[in-house]
Amino acid sequence: MSIELGHFALILAFGIASVSAVVGYVFWRGSERVTHYLQQGAVLQFILVAGAFAALIQAFVSSDFSLSLAFENSHSLQPLLYKITSVWGNHEGSMVLWILILVGFGAAVALFGRNLPRDLLSLVIATQSLLVAAFGGFTLFTSNPFARLSPAPFEGRDLNPILQDMGLAVHPPLLYAGYVGFSICFSFAIAALISGRIDAAWARWVRPWTMLSWTFLTLGIAMGSYWAYYELGWGGWWFWDPVENASFMPWLAGTALLHSALVMEKRNALKIWTVFLSIITFSLSLLGTFLVRSGVLTSVHTFASDPTRGLVILSLLAAFIGGAFILFAIRASALRTGGLFAPVSREGALILNNLFLATATGAVLIGTLYPLLLEALTGTVISVGAPFFNLTFAALMTPLLLLMPLGPFLAWKRADLVAVTQRLAFAAGLAILAAITLFSLSGSPISLAPLGLALGFWVAFGAIAELIDRAKLGRVPPMESVRRLMGLPRSAFSTALAHFGIGVTVLGIVATSAWENERIIAMQVGETTTIGDFSVEFAEFADAPGPNYSSENGHFIVTDQRAGTRDVVAERRTYVASSMQTTEASIETYGFSQLYVQLGESAADGTHIVRLWFKPYITLIWLGAIIMAAAGALSLTDRRYRIGAPQRRARHAAEPEAAE
Amino acid sequence: MKRLLLVILLAVIALPAFAVSPSEILGDPVLEARAREISGELRCLVCQNQSIDMSDADLAHDLRVLVRERLTAGDSNQQVLDYIVARYGEFVLLTPVFALHTVMLWIAAPAFLLIGIGLAILGNRRNRGRLATGELSAEEAAALERLTAGTDAPQ
Repeated sequence: MSIELGHFALILAFGIASVSAVVGYVFWRGSERVTHYLQQGAVLQFILVAGAFAALIQAFVSSDFSLSLAFENSHSLQPLLYKITSVWGNHEGSMVLWILILVGFGAAVALFGRNLPRDLLSLVIATQSLLVAAFGGFTLFTSNPFARLSPAPFEGRDLNPILQDMGLAVHPPLLYAGYVGFSICFSFAIAALISGRIDAAWARWVRPWTMLSWTFLTLGIAMGSYWAYYELGWGGWWFWDPVENASFMPWLAGTALLHSALVMEKRNALKIWTVFLSIITFSLSLLGTFLVRSGVLTSVHTFASDPTRGLVILSLLAAFIGGAFILFAIRASALRTGGLFAPVSREGALILNNLFLATATGAVLIGTLYPLLLEALTGTVISVGAPFFNLTFAALMTPLLLLMPLGPFLAWKRADLVAVTQRLAFAAGLAILAAITLFSLSGSPISLAPLGLALGFWVAFGAIAELIDRAKLGRVPPMESVRRLMGLPRSAFSTALAHFGIGVTVLGIVATSAWENERIIAMQVGETTTIGDFSVEFAEFADAPGPNYSSENGHFIVTDQRAGTRDVVAERRTYVASSMQTTEASIETYGFSQLYVQLGESAADGTHIVRLWFKPYITLIWLGAIIMAAAGALSLTDRRYRIGAPQRRARHAAEPEAAE
Repeated sequence: MKRLLLVILLAVIALPAFAVSPSEILGDPVLEARAREISGELRCLVCQNQSIDMSDADLAHDLRVLVRERLTAGDSNQQVLDYIVARYGEFVLLTPVFALHTVMLWIAAPAFLLIGIGLAILGNRRNRGRLATGELSAEEAAALERLTAGTDAPQ
């Protein structure tokens, strides 16, 4: 019964969204009652889709296998958490989650956007509703999650074993929140193009939504990377896989958008580009969610296996992305460019940032789609894999990272590069010193590693140097410095923190790529091996039953001179329902480094293959991402975002927060 | 998550034999290091965007053994790659060759960058044109005053 109610709720939300879209686009200049209707409609859509989602969760939790989706993806023996996460561990259910987040953002704009000009708000909600109608319709008509089975099967088929993990509870919702959040930027861009209202205030409304989505996406990508790292069993953390690229492109574009919207907010410049980026970012999110799912990216041939779904997806993508760009082409010329600035200035630096980030986005996009296009056009099949992306990406990111610490030091409009370089000289020296020290301590042969480390330290120290400089530490009495530091706006801290996070991630990437240590060995119980400073004893091999799997456990005793002795367990699981095998590696953290122990297959002679990796400073990769996300969250608490009415701040030259 | 799904799909097609095994590893560490380097450049043909170095599939195992055989026989890295490409086609190379049909791929990033730089210069020139002709707004006049007065522009 509740399943039918859920189904009905989703249909109703689809209906309301369709009407809202039409009403919004036709009457956006209309009276206050139109806007009120649209606002209420947006909230109602959220309540209805939440109800539909709750109905699905209820069916999964109670193992109601008359629901086809629950039968396909759940099992009565699964722990409660995985019963819930099973809801979105499949195409249909994840569509409902996607739409839930979409209407969630729509309702948030309707509720928090009361201060927006009425026409703009109406158009934003109309565009959100159009998205809900399109993708809600897609779900209802081609991927119905509420289909029933009669007679109901006795037992479900179980969720894919690799997905039975905390990762599924966290990664998709975060990633989707990031993807879908950018829909708000998209809707704002469409609304701006239609209404012609585009100014610094527009950028100020868009920036918090961009920041929020970017924060979610950062966490979502980092979480997915860590999940792949511990679950897939060989300790890789980024593969340049098409699906990863699909999530990375909106992140790159979104990062560019954050920076260009800053120029627009502060200086009323880069308007056309910012609107363009808003459209691009969400288009890439759509591409990320759907192009991947349609199977087109995997191969042209899997696409044919479900032609309706794939075709509908492609048409929807073409309609939204194409429509937005047509609108852009028609209206963009009407936007007047704003503030002037010299090439060497904060604006100039942010343009460079956008140049490199946009190029990187384009490079990843081409690299991902090129094999597909080539095969479709000429029939030649080639691969574009990790080595290609590493090369291209490193070449584009190195200059960006080199210039990054300079940016926040430059004044708006016109800046003195020599003076800025002088103020950063200390940070640069310190970075080189730190890199050399760390490298000589490692005692490894000459390589490019110290250059990479110096780059990471430079970015991290440069970010801190900005705060120190603004506090005038050492140039004024200490208490005065503290007072100055307290007086800085939160956005100053969040900029420094985010840039610092990038530096931390770079350090993790460089260190672990340069110094990873690997040992692959056939071991018998009782044998001891060494890796780096660790000695690892294979103490015991035992069977251990789990709730819906059987498991082989390898117990190891790991001894390190400094950290002492630890018992660790590496597992191999065989799931009952699917008879699939997974590995659960043991990961022990030592400071920022990790020892990764994986139990491989057993041989007839009683030996077991054991794979050991020592990954120095690898946790910095994700720690850096968490720092970046924290910076995003900090920026959202900035008082200036909560001021409803968009007023250009009065300019006081002496005020330290006059710009950031 | 989706990537995991794909990985699983492939894992189902080719049941676990697991990545590099002790039995495959060459006695000579220099040769083995070269073998690993080459393996990272070769695609596992039945997998989803995995190199043979990290793939569990049987075919990847066969290719890893083949690479090591060629290296032991005295081939250079490039000869090994050529040998494999001759048998399995260009598709096995994770770094595409630079040729007529991939030229667009290779020049894409530099081309984007150049176009971007060109647009930025164009924008700057248009800016300067406006600077030269336009009257200063009140805001700009104030800024000019600040600059010429020698006081540091506000951060």
